[in-house]
Amino acid sequence: MALLEVKNLGISFGGLQAVQGLNMSIESGHLYGLIGPNGAGKTTAFNMLTGMYTPTEGIITFDGVNITGKGPEYISKAGIARTFQNIRLFNAMSVLDNVKVGMHNRVTYSMLDGVLRTKKYRNKEAEMNEKAQRLLDVFGIGDKADYAASQLPYGQQRKLEICRALASDPKLLLLDEPAAGMNPNETQELMETVRKVRDDFGIAILLIEHDMKFVMGICEEITVLEYGKTIAHGDPQTVSNDPEVIAAYLGGDDED
Amino acid sequence: MQFLSYLVRGISLGSVYALIALGYTMVYGIAKMLNFAHGDIIMVGGYVVFFTFCQGGMNPWLSMILAIVVCTLLGITIERIAYRPLRGAASLAVLITAIGVSYFLENGAMLLWSSEPKSFTSIVSLPALNLFGGSLQISAETIVTIVTSLVIMFVLIWFVNNTRPGHAMQAVSEDRGAAQLMGINVNAIISLTFAIGSGLAAIAGALLLSSYPTLVPTTGAMPGIKAFVAAVFGGIGSIPGAFVGGILLGIIENLSKAYISTQLSDAIVFLVLIVVLLVKPSGLLGKKATVKV
Repeated sequence: MALLEVKNLGISFGGLQAVQGLNMSIESGHLYGLIGPNGAGKTTAFNMLTGMYTPTEGIITFDGVNITGKGPEYISKAGIARTFQNIRLFNAMSVLDNVKVGMHNRVTYSMLDGVLRTKKYRNKEAEMNEKAQRLLDVFGIGDKADYAASQLPYGQQRKLEICRALASDPKLLLLDEPAAGMNPNETQELMETVRKVRDDFGIAILLIEHDMKFVMGICEEITVLEYGKTIAHGDPQTVSNDPEVIAAYLGGDDED
Repeated sequence: MQFLSYLVRGISLGSVYALIALGYTMVYGIAKMLNFAHGDIIMVGGYVVFFTFCQGGMNPWLSMILAIVVCTLLGITIERIAYRPLRGAASLAVLITAIGVSYFLENGAMLLWSSEPKSFTSIVSLPALNLFGGSLQISAETIVTIVTSLVIMFVLIWFVNNTRPGHAMQAVSEDRGAAQLMGINVNAIISLTFAIGSGLAAIAGALLLSSYPTLVPTTGAMPGIKAFVAAVFGGIGSIPGAFVGGILLGIIENLSKAYISTQLSDAIVFLVLIVVLLVKPSGLLGKKATVKV
Protein backbone atom coordinates (compact mmCIF):
# COMPACT_ATOMS: atom_id res chain seq x y z
CA MET A 1 0.00 0.00 0.00
CA ALA A 2 1.16 3.50 -0.83
CA LEU A 3 2.28 5.92 1.92
CA LEU A 4 -0.55 8.32 1.18
CA GLU A 5 -3.77 7.06 -0.31
CA VAL A 6 -6.44 9.64 -1.15
CA LYS A 7 -9.78 8.24 -2.29
CA ASN A 8 -12.55 10.33 -3.79
CA LEU A 9 -11.71 13.30 -1.56
CA GLY A 10 -14.03 16.29 -1.64
CA ILE A 11 -15.10 19.33 0.33
CA SER A 12 -17.78 21.92 -0.15
CA PHE A 13 -18.17 25.30 1.51
CA GLY A 14 -21.86 26.07 1.53
CA GLY A 15 -22.86 25.57 -2.09
CA LEU A 16 -19.33 25.72 -3.47
CA GLN A 17 -17.71 22.39 -4.22
CA ALA A 18 -14.06 23.43 -3.83
CA VAL A 19 -12.58 19.98 -4.43
CA GLN A 20 -14.29 16.84 -5.64
CA GLY A 21 -13.36 13.30 -6.47
CA LEU A 22 -9.64 13.74 -5.80
CA ASN A 23 -7.64 10.52 -6.00
CA MET A 24 -3.93 10.35 -5.32
CA SER A 25 -1.54 7.62 -4.40
CA ILE A 26 1.92 8.65 -3.26
CA GLU A 27 4.64 6.10 -2.61
CA SER A 28 7.43 6.57 -0.11
CA GLY A 29 10.27 8.57 -1.64
CA HIS A 30 8.19 9.91 -4.49
CA LEU A 31 8.09 13.46 -5.81
CA TYR A 32 4.50 14.25 -6.66
CA GLY A 33 3.11 17.48 -8.12
CA LEU A 34 -0.33 18.99 -7.73
CA ILE A 35 -0.92 21.72 -10.28
CA GLY A 36 -3.72 23.75 -11.74
CA PRO A 37 -4.84 27.32 -12.40
CA ASN A 38 -5.52 29.73 -9.53
CA GLY A 39 -8.54 28.72 -7.50
CA ALA A 40 -8.40 25.12 -8.68
CA GLY A 41 -8.47 23.86 -5.09
CA LYS A 42 -4.84 22.88 -4.59
CA THR A 43 -4.29 24.62 -1.28
CA THR A 44 -7.72 23.42 -0.16
CA ALA A 45 -6.52 19.88 -0.83
CA PHE A 46 -3.42 20.58 1.28
CA ASN A 47 -5.59 21.92 4.07
CA MET A 48 -7.60 18.70 4.08
CA LEU A 49 -4.46 16.56 4.10
CA THR A 50 -3.07 18.46 7.10
CA GLY A 51 -6.32 18.49 9.05
CA MET A 52 -7.00 22.21 8.77
CA TYR A 53 -10.23 21.44 6.94
CA THR A 54 -12.48 18.44 7.47
CA PRO A 55 -13.35 16.80 4.14
CA THR A 56 -17.05 16.40 3.41
CA GLU A 57 -16.43 13.22 1.45
CA GLY A 58 -13.69 10.70 0.74
CA ILE A 59 -10.99 8.96 2.74
CA ILE A 60 -7.36 9.84 3.42
CA THR A 61 -5.16 6.94 4.47
CA PHE A 62 -1.65 7.70 5.64
CA ASP A 63 0.84 4.98 6.44
CA GLY A 64 -2.01 2.48 6.70
CA VAL A 65 -4.07 4.61 9.09
CA ASN A 66 -7.28 6.41 8.24
CA ILE A 67 -6.58 10.05 9.11
CA THR A 68 -9.72 11.57 7.58
CA GLY A 69 -11.10 14.31 9.81
CA LYS A 70 -8.25 14.14 12.31
CA GLY A 71 -6.88 17.43 13.68
CA PRO A 72 -3.61 19.10 12.64
CA GLU A 73 -1.77 18.03 15.80
CA TYR A 74 -2.60 14.39 15.21
CA ILE A 75 -1.60 14.54 11.57
CA SER A 76 1.63 16.32 12.40
CA LYS A 77 2.45 13.54 14.86
CA ALA A 78 1.51 10.92 12.28
CA GLY A 79 4.23 12.31 10.00
CA ILE A 80 2.90 14.91 7.56
CA ALA A 81 4.57 18.32 7.61
CA ARG A 82 4.00 21.32 5.39
CA THR A 83 5.16 24.74 4.33
CA PHE A 84 2.92 27.64 3.37
CA GLN A 85 2.25 29.58 0.18
CA ASN A 86 2.71 32.82 2.09
CA ILE A 87 5.59 32.11 4.45
CA ARG A 88 4.40 31.60 8.01
CA LEU A 89 7.51 31.54 10.15
CA PHE A 90 7.53 32.54 13.81
CA ASN A 91 9.12 35.89 13.00
CA ALA A 92 9.92 37.06 16.50
CA MET A 93 11.78 33.84 17.33
CA SER A 94 15.31 32.99 16.31
CA VAL A 95 16.03 30.85 13.26
CA LEU A 96 17.20 28.03 15.52
CA ASP A 97 14.12 28.26 17.76
CA ASN A 98 11.85 28.05 14.72
CA VAL A 99 13.39 24.71 13.86
CA LYS A 100 13.12 23.60 17.49
CA VAL A 101 9.40 24.35 17.50
CA GLY A 102 9.19 21.95 14.59
CA MET A 103 10.60 19.24 16.86
CA HIS A 104 7.90 19.86 19.45
CA ASN A 105 6.67 16.28 19.51
CA ARG A 106 9.93 14.55 18.71
CA VAL A 107 11.92 15.63 21.71
CA THR A 108 10.06 15.81 24.98
CA TYR A 109 10.68 16.53 28.62
CA SER A 110 8.24 17.54 31.32
CA MET A 111 7.60 21.12 32.33
CA LEU A 112 9.10 20.37 35.73
CA ASP A 113 12.32 19.28 34.03
CA GLY A 114 12.35 22.63 32.26
CA VAL A 115 11.74 24.74 35.33
CA LEU A 116 14.21 22.83 37.48
CA ARG A 117 16.75 22.59 34.64
CA THR A 118 17.31 18.91 35.33
CA LYS A 119 19.90 16.82 33.56
CA LYS A 120 17.18 15.50 31.28
CA TYR A 121 16.24 19.05 30.28
CA ARG A 122 19.84 19.99 29.53
CA ASN A 123 20.48 16.82 27.55
CA LYS A 124 17.32 17.12 25.51
CA GLU A 125 17.90 20.81 24.80
CA ALA A 126 21.46 20.09 23.72
CA GLU A 127 20.22 17.31 21.48
CA MET A 128 17.60 19.61 19.94
CA ASN A 129 20.09 22.42 19.39
CA GLU A 130 22.51 20.09 17.71
CA LYS A 131 19.89 18.54 15.47
CA ALA A 132 18.43 21.92 14.54
CA GLN A 133 21.88 23.25 13.75
CA ARG A 134 22.62 20.25 11.51
CA LEU A 135 19.38 20.80 9.60
CA LEU A 136 20.20 24.47 9.08
CA ASP A 137 23.67 23.52 7.89
CA VAL A 138 22.21 21.16 5.28
CA PHE A 139 20.33 24.15 3.85
CA GLY A 140 23.32 26.47 4.08
CA ILE A 141 21.77 28.81 6.63
CA GLY A 142 23.59 27.42 9.66
CA ASP A 143 25.46 30.69 10.17
CA LYS A 144 22.14 32.51 10.60
CA ALA A 145 20.95 30.40 13.55
CA ASP A 146 20.82 33.32 15.99
CA TYR A 147 19.11 35.76 13.64
CA ALA A 148 15.44 36.54 14.09
CA ALA A 149 13.52 34.67 11.40
CA SER A 150 12.19 37.95 9.99
CA GLN A 151 15.74 39.14 9.33
CA LEU A 152 16.43 36.46 6.73
CA PRO A 153 16.12 37.30 3.04
CA TYR A 154 13.11 35.84 1.28
CA GLY A 155 14.81 32.82 -0.30
CA GLN A 156 16.34 31.80 3.02
CA GLN A 157 13.00 32.18 4.79
CA ARG A 158 11.61 29.61 2.34
CA LYS A 159 14.51 27.31 3.19
CA LEU A 160 13.93 27.85 6.89
CA GLU A 161 10.29 26.88 6.49
CA ILE A 162 11.38 23.62 4.87
CA CYS A 163 13.89 23.07 7.71
CA ARG A 164 11.19 23.65 10.29
CA ALA A 165 8.88 21.18 8.54
CA LEU A 166 11.66 18.59 8.32
CA ALA A 167 12.44 18.98 12.01
CA SER A 168 9.34 16.94 12.84
CA ASP A 169 10.84 13.93 11.00
CA PRO A 170 7.95 13.69 8.55
CA LYS A 171 7.36 10.82 6.17
CA LEU A 172 5.56 13.14 3.79
CA LEU A 173 6.42 16.77 3.16
CA LEU A 174 3.89 19.11 1.57
CA LEU A 175 5.33 22.17 -0.14
CA ASP A 176 2.84 24.89 -1.04
CA GLU A 177 4.28 26.92 -3.93
CA PRO A 178 7.87 26.73 -2.76
CA ALA A 179 9.16 28.71 -5.76
CA ALA A 180 6.66 31.55 -5.45
CA GLY A 181 8.36 34.91 -5.72
CA MET A 182 11.73 33.43 -6.58
CA ASN A 183 13.92 34.46 -9.49
CA PRO A 184 15.10 31.80 -12.00
CA ASN A 185 18.41 31.30 -10.19
CA GLU A 186 16.75 30.82 -6.84
CA THR A 187 14.22 28.48 -8.44
CA GLN A 188 17.02 26.41 -9.92
CA GLU A 189 18.69 26.23 -6.53
CA LEU A 190 15.40 25.27 -4.89
CA MET A 191 14.91 22.40 -7.35
CA GLU A 192 18.23 20.98 -6.24
CA THR A 193 17.30 21.50 -2.60
CA VAL A 194 14.00 19.67 -2.99
CA ARG A 195 15.68 16.75 -4.76
CA LYS A 196 18.33 16.67 -2.08
CA VAL A 197 15.71 16.60 0.66
CA ARG A 198 14.00 13.67 -0.99
CA ASP A 199 17.27 11.79 -1.47
CA ASP A 200 18.91 12.56 1.88
CA PHE A 201 15.84 12.26 4.07
CA GLY A 202 14.18 9.51 2.04
CA ILE A 203 10.74 11.06 2.35
CA ALA A 204 7.88 11.58 -0.07
CA ILE A 205 7.21 15.11 -1.26
CA LEU A 206 3.96 16.49 -2.57
CA LEU A 207 4.20 19.96 -4.00
CA ILE A 208 1.96 22.63 -5.40
CA GLU A 209 3.63 24.88 -7.92
CA HIS A 210 2.80 27.28 -10.70
CA ASP A 211 6.24 27.29 -12.25
CA MET A 212 5.83 24.64 -14.96
CA LYS A 213 9.54 24.27 -15.57
CA PHE A 214 9.96 23.51 -11.89
CA VAL A 215 7.16 20.97 -11.72
CA MET A 216 8.00 19.23 -15.00
CA GLY A 217 11.68 19.18 -14.12
CA ILE A 218 11.31 17.61 -10.73
CA CYS A 219 8.07 15.65 -10.29
CA GLU A 220 7.68 12.03 -11.21
CA GLU A 221 3.93 12.08 -11.15
CA ILE A 222 1.46 14.93 -11.53
CA THR A 223 -2.22 15.53 -10.90
CA VAL A 224 -3.86 18.53 -12.58
CA LEU A 225 -6.86 20.21 -10.97
CA GLU A 226 -9.27 22.68 -12.50
CA TYR A 227 -12.29 24.03 -10.62
CA GLY A 228 -11.79 21.34 -8.00
CA LYS A 229 -11.87 18.45 -10.47
CA THR A 230 -9.02 16.28 -11.66
CA ILE A 231 -8.56 16.86 -15.38
CA ALA A 232 -5.35 14.94 -15.91
CA HIS A 233 -2.97 12.60 -14.15
CA GLY A 234 0.29 10.90 -15.05
CA ASP A 235 3.98 11.52 -15.63
CA PRO A 236 5.15 15.00 -16.73
CA GLN A 237 5.28 13.95 -20.40
CA THR A 238 1.68 12.70 -20.47
CA VAL A 239 0.35 15.65 -18.52
CA SER A 240 2.05 18.35 -20.54
CA ASN A 241 0.68 16.86 -23.78
CA ASP A 242 -2.84 16.48 -22.48
CA PRO A 243 -5.21 18.69 -24.52
CA GLU A 244 -7.39 19.51 -21.50
CA VAL A 245 -4.38 20.67 -19.51
CA ILE A 246 -3.18 22.83 -22.37
CA ALA A 247 -6.67 24.32 -22.67
CA ALA A 248 -6.86 24.95 -18.93
CA TYR A 249 -3.57 26.77 -18.90
CA LEU A 250 -3.77 28.63 -22.18
CA GLY A 251 -7.47 29.32 -21.81
CA GLY A 252 -6.98 30.59 -18.23
CA ASP A 253 -7.09 34.36 -17.98
CA ASP A 254 -4.80 34.91 -15.02
CA GLU A 255 -1.96 32.52 -15.66
CA ASP A 256 1.49 33.37 -16.88
CA MET B 1 13.54 61.17 52.52
CA GLN B 2 9.79 61.46 52.46
CA PHE B 3 9.90 61.25 48.68
CA LEU B 4 12.06 58.13 48.79
CA SER B 5 9.61 56.46 51.11
CA TYR B 6 6.70 57.23 48.76
CA LEU B 7 8.76 56.00 45.85
CA VAL B 8 9.62 52.68 47.47
CA ARG B 9 6.00 52.09 48.45
CA GLY B 10 5.02 52.94 44.89
CA ILE B 11 7.46 50.38 43.55
CA SER B 12 6.03 47.81 45.93
CA LEU B 13 2.43 48.50 44.87
CA GLY B 14 3.67 48.49 41.29
CA SER B 15 5.23 45.06 41.81
CA VAL B 16 1.80 43.70 42.72
CA TYR B 17 0.34 45.32 39.60
CA ALA B 18 3.21 43.80 37.64
CA LEU B 19 2.42 40.29 38.91
CA ILE B 20 -1.22 40.67 37.94
CA ALA B 21 -0.32 42.33 34.65
CA LEU B 22 1.91 39.35 33.77
CA GLY B 23 -1.19 37.16 33.82
CA TYR B 24 -3.14 39.62 31.71
CA THR B 25 -0.40 40.03 29.17
CA MET B 26 0.40 36.32 28.79
CA VAL B 27 -3.24 35.37 28.31
CA TYR B 28 -3.65 38.19 25.82
CA GLY B 29 -0.48 37.28 23.96
CA ILE B 30 -1.32 33.60 23.66
CA ALA B 31 -5.11 33.23 23.78
CA LYS B 32 -5.69 36.68 22.19
CA MET B 33 -8.33 37.57 24.76
CA LEU B 34 -8.70 39.99 27.64
CA ASN B 35 -9.50 38.00 30.73
CA PHE B 36 -11.30 40.58 32.84
CA ALA B 37 -11.97 37.92 35.48
CA HIS B 38 -8.24 37.83 36.18
CA GLY B 39 -8.49 40.38 39.01
CA ASP B 40 -11.04 38.28 40.84
CA ILE B 41 -8.65 35.34 40.98
CA ILE B 42 -6.57 37.53 43.29
CA MET B 43 -9.55 37.82 45.61
CA VAL B 44 -10.06 34.05 45.65
CA GLY B 45 -6.37 33.58 46.46
CA GLY B 46 -6.79 36.15 49.21
CA TYR B 47 -9.68 34.26 50.81
CA VAL B 48 -7.78 30.96 50.67
CA VAL B 49 -4.85 32.52 52.53
CA PHE B 50 -7.23 34.29 54.91
CA PHE B 51 -9.06 31.13 55.95
CA THR B 52 -6.04 28.86 56.13
CA PHE B 53 -3.36 31.20 57.48
CA CYS B 54 -5.00 34.22 59.11
CA GLN B 55 -7.80 32.22 60.72
CA GLY B 56 -6.60 28.63 60.56
CA GLY B 57 -3.05 29.32 61.67
CA MET B 58 -1.53 27.24 58.91
CA ASN B 59 2.15 27.65 58.01
CA PRO B 60 2.33 30.70 55.71
CA TRP B 61 4.32 28.84 53.02
CA LEU B 62 1.85 25.96 53.02
CA SER B 63 -1.06 28.38 52.91
CA MET B 64 0.55 30.21 49.99
CA ILE B 65 1.11 26.99 48.06
CA LEU B 66 -2.49 25.97 48.71
CA ALA B 67 -3.70 29.35 47.39
CA ILE B 68 -1.57 28.93 44.26
CA VAL B 69 -2.95 25.45 43.66
CA VAL B 70 -6.57 26.57 44.17
CA CYS B 71 -6.18 29.58 41.87
CA THR B 72 -4.35 27.57 39.21
CA LEU B 73 -7.15 25.00 39.17
CA LEU B 74 -9.73 27.78 39.14
CA GLY B 75 -8.01 29.47 36.20
CA ILE B 76 -7.85 26.23 34.21
CA THR B 77 -11.48 25.46 35.02
CA ILE B 78 -12.69 28.91 33.98
CA GLU B 79 -10.80 28.63 30.71
CA ARG B 80 -12.14 25.14 30.09
CA ILE B 81 -15.78 25.92 30.86
CA ALA B 82 -16.24 29.56 29.87
CA TYR B 83 -13.64 30.43 27.24
CA ARG B 84 -12.74 27.26 25.34
CA PRO B 85 -16.22 26.78 23.85
CA LEU B 86 -15.82 30.29 22.44
CA ARG B 87 -12.50 29.64 20.73
CA GLY B 88 -13.03 31.01 17.27
CA ALA B 89 -16.00 33.16 18.33
CA ALA B 90 -15.92 36.92 17.92
CA SER B 91 -13.60 38.61 20.40
CA LEU B 92 -16.48 40.70 21.71
CA ALA B 93 -18.34 37.55 22.80
CA VAL B 94 -15.28 36.35 24.71
CA LEU B 95 -14.80 39.75 26.31
CA ILE B 96 -18.37 39.86 27.56
CA THR B 97 -18.07 36.30 28.86
CA ALA B 98 -14.98 37.36 30.80
CA ILE B 99 -16.91 40.22 32.40
CA GLY B 100 -19.66 37.72 33.25
CA VAL B 101 -17.15 35.37 34.86
CA SER B 102 -15.83 38.31 36.87
CA TYR B 103 -19.30 39.11 38.24
CA PHE B 104 -19.91 35.44 38.89
CA LEU B 105 -16.77 35.17 41.01
CA GLU B 106 -17.45 38.38 42.94
CA ASN B 107 -21.05 37.47 43.69
CA GLY B 108 -20.16 33.86 44.42
CA ALA B 109 -17.65 35.11 46.99
CA MET B 110 -20.27 37.40 48.47
CA LEU B 111 -22.66 34.46 48.80
CA LEU B 112 -20.07 32.15 50.33
CA TRP B 113 -18.18 34.55 52.56
CA SER B 114 -20.53 37.57 52.85
CA SER B 115 -19.57 41.11 51.90
CA GLU B 116 -18.38 41.87 55.39
CA PRO B 117 -14.74 43.04 55.24
CA LYS B 118 -12.21 40.59 56.63
CA SER B 119 -9.07 41.86 58.26
CA PHE B 120 -6.02 40.21 56.76
CA THR B 121 -2.84 39.58 58.72
CA SER B 122 0.40 39.91 56.83
CA ILE B 123 2.00 36.68 55.63
CA VAL B 124 5.41 38.30 56.02
CA SER B 125 6.72 38.13 59.56
CA LEU B 126 10.04 39.89 59.18
CA PRO B 127 11.18 43.16 60.79
CA ALA B 128 11.13 46.36 58.77
CA LEU B 129 14.34 47.69 57.30
CA ASN B 130 15.67 50.96 58.69
CA LEU B 131 17.90 53.04 56.47
CA PHE B 132 19.72 56.34 56.96
CA GLY B 133 19.66 56.03 60.71
CA GLY B 134 15.96 55.31 60.88
CA SER B 135 14.84 58.23 58.74
CA LEU B 136 13.73 55.85 55.98
CA GLN B 137 11.77 52.83 57.06
CA ILE B 138 10.89 50.17 54.51
CA SER B 139 8.47 47.48 55.60
CA ALA B 140 9.35 43.84 55.07
CA GLU B 141 6.19 43.42 52.98
CA THR B 142 7.49 46.04 50.58
CA ILE B 143 10.82 44.32 50.15
CA VAL B 144 9.35 40.84 49.83
CA THR B 145 6.86 42.08 47.24
CA ILE B 146 9.49 43.73 45.10
CA VAL B 147 11.94 40.84 45.29
CA THR B 148 9.24 38.21 44.62
CA SER B 149 7.95 39.91 41.51
CA LEU B 150 11.45 40.54 40.16
CA VAL B 151 12.37 36.87 40.60
CA ILE B 152 9.10 35.74 39.01
CA MET B 153 9.58 37.99 36.00
CA PHE B 154 13.08 36.71 35.33
CA VAL B 155 12.02 33.07 35.74
CA LEU B 156 9.11 33.66 33.39
CA ILE B 157 11.24 35.30 30.71
CA TRP B 158 13.74 32.48 30.99
CA PHE B 159 10.98 29.88 30.81
CA VAL B 160 9.38 31.39 27.70
CA ASN B 161 12.69 31.72 25.85
CA ASN B 162 14.47 28.54 26.85
CA THR B 163 12.07 25.67 27.30
CA ARG B 164 9.99 23.56 24.97
CA PRO B 165 6.61 24.69 26.44
CA GLY B 166 7.90 28.27 26.36
CA HIS B 167 8.78 28.01 22.69
CA ALA B 168 5.37 26.48 22.03
CA MET B 169 3.78 29.46 23.79
CA GLN B 170 5.65 31.89 21.55
CA ALA B 171 4.69 29.89 18.48
CA VAL B 172 0.99 29.83 19.43
CA SER B 173 1.14 33.53 20.18
CA GLU B 174 2.49 34.35 16.76
CA ASP B 175 0.60 31.97 14.49
CA ARG B 176 -1.86 29.56 16.05
CA GLY B 177 -2.51 27.68 12.80
CA ALA B 178 1.14 27.16 11.96
CA ALA B 179 1.82 26.11 15.56
CA GLN B 180 -0.91 23.47 15.34
CA LEU B 181 0.69 22.13 12.20
CA MET B 182 3.94 21.71 14.12
CA GLY B 183 2.00 19.30 16.34
CA ILE B 184 1.54 21.76 19.20
CA ASN B 185 -1.60 21.17 21.25
CA VAL B 186 -2.97 24.71 21.29
CA ASN B 187 -5.60 24.00 23.96
CA ALA B 188 -2.97 22.58 26.30
CA ILE B 189 -0.75 25.63 25.79
CA ILE B 190 -3.64 28.00 26.50
CA SER B 191 -4.51 26.01 29.65
CA LEU B 192 -0.89 26.26 30.73
CA THR B 193 -0.98 30.02 30.21
CA PHE B 194 -4.09 30.37 32.33
CA ALA B 195 -2.52 28.15 34.98
CA ILE B 196 0.61 30.29 35.20
CA GLY B 197 -1.34 33.56 35.18
CA SER B 198 -3.72 32.39 37.90
CA GLY B 199 -0.93 31.03 40.06
CA LEU B 200 0.78 34.43 39.87
CA ALA B 201 -2.51 36.11 40.76
CA ALA B 202 -2.66 34.06 43.98
CA ILE B 203 0.79 35.31 44.94
CA ALA B 204 -0.19 38.87 44.01
CA GLY B 205 -3.32 38.57 46.16
CA ALA B 206 -1.44 37.47 49.26
CA LEU B 207 1.19 40.19 48.82
CA LEU B 208 -1.36 42.91 48.10
CA LEU B 209 -3.42 42.01 51.17
CA SER B 210 -0.32 41.89 53.34
CA SER B 211 0.21 45.59 52.61
CA TYR B 212 -3.45 46.62 52.26
CA PRO B 213 -5.21 44.31 54.71
CA THR B 214 -8.91 44.70 53.90
CA LEU B 215 -10.44 41.70 52.17
CA VAL B 216 -13.87 41.95 50.53
CA PRO B 217 -15.31 40.09 47.51
CA THR B 218 -14.48 43.04 45.25
CA THR B 219 -10.90 43.33 46.48
CA GLY B 220 -9.51 42.11 43.17
CA ALA B 221 -11.59 44.32 40.88
CA MET B 222 -9.68 47.60 41.12
CA PRO B 223 -6.14 46.12 41.18
CA GLY B 224 -7.23 43.93 38.25
CA ILE B 225 -8.31 46.91 36.18
CA LYS B 226 -5.17 48.82 37.12
CA ALA B 227 -3.00 45.87 36.20
CA PHE B 228 -4.77 45.83 32.85
CA VAL B 229 -3.86 49.51 32.45
CA ALA B 230 -0.29 48.57 33.41
CA ALA B 231 -0.22 45.82 30.78
CA VAL B 232 -1.45 48.22 28.08
CA PHE B 233 0.95 50.89 29.33
CA GLY B 234 3.92 48.52 29.01
CA GLY B 235 2.71 47.01 25.76
CA ILE B 236 0.20 44.21 26.06
CA GLY B 237 1.60 40.83 25.08
CA SER B 238 5.09 41.72 26.33
CA ILE B 239 6.34 40.20 29.60
CA PRO B 240 8.97 42.85 30.39
CA GLY B 241 6.40 45.43 29.28
CA ALA B 242 3.89 44.24 31.88
CA PHE B 243 6.56 44.47 34.52
CA VAL B 244 7.77 47.97 33.60
CA GLY B 245 4.17 49.15 33.14
CA GLY B 246 3.18 47.77 36.55
CA ILE B 247 6.07 49.38 38.40
CA LEU B 248 5.60 52.76 36.69
CA LEU B 249 1.88 52.72 37.37
CA GLY B 250 2.45 51.94 41.05
CA ILE B 251 4.89 54.82 41.32
CA ILE B 252 2.55 57.21 39.49
CA GLU B 253 -0.34 56.20 41.73
CA ASN B 254 1.56 56.53 44.98
CA LEU B 255 3.22 59.81 44.11
CA SER B 256 -0.09 61.33 42.98
CA LYS B 257 -1.61 60.18 46.25
CA ALA B 258 1.20 61.87 48.14
CA TYR B 259 1.61 65.08 46.20
CA ILE B 260 -1.58 65.74 44.23
CA SER B 261 -4.68 64.24 45.76
CA THR B 262 -5.73 60.95 47.29
CA GLN B 263 -9.11 61.15 45.64
CA LEU B 264 -7.69 61.93 42.23
CA SER B 265 -4.98 59.24 42.22
CA ASP B 266 -7.21 56.68 40.48
CA ALA B 267 -8.30 59.25 37.93
CA ILE B 268 -4.66 60.01 37.22
CA VAL B 269 -3.92 56.32 36.69
CA PHE B 270 -6.65 56.07 34.08
CA LEU B 271 -5.54 59.34 32.55
CA VAL B 272 -2.22 57.62 31.96
CA LEU B 273 -4.08 54.91 30.01
CA ILE B 274 -5.78 57.53 27.83
CA VAL B 275 -2.52 59.34 27.16
CA VAL B 276 -0.73 56.09 26.30
CA LEU B 277 -3.48 55.07 23.92
CA LEU B 278 -3.28 58.46 22.23
CA VAL B 279 0.48 58.77 22.00
CA LYS B 280 1.79 55.22 21.76
CA PRO B 281 -1.07 52.74 21.36
CA SER B 282 1.30 49.78 21.27
CA GLY B 283 2.63 50.67 24.74
CA LEU B 284 6.17 51.28 25.98
CA LEU B 285 7.66 47.93 24.97
CA GLY B 286 4.91 46.64 22.71
CA LYS B 287 5.37 45.66 19.12
CA LYS B 288 4.30 48.25 16.65
CA ALA B 289 1.36 46.96 14.71
CA THR B 290 2.10 47.46 11.06
CA VAL B 291 -0.67 47.29 8.56
CA LYS B 292 0.32 46.09 5.13
CA VAL B 293 -1.29 47.90 2.27
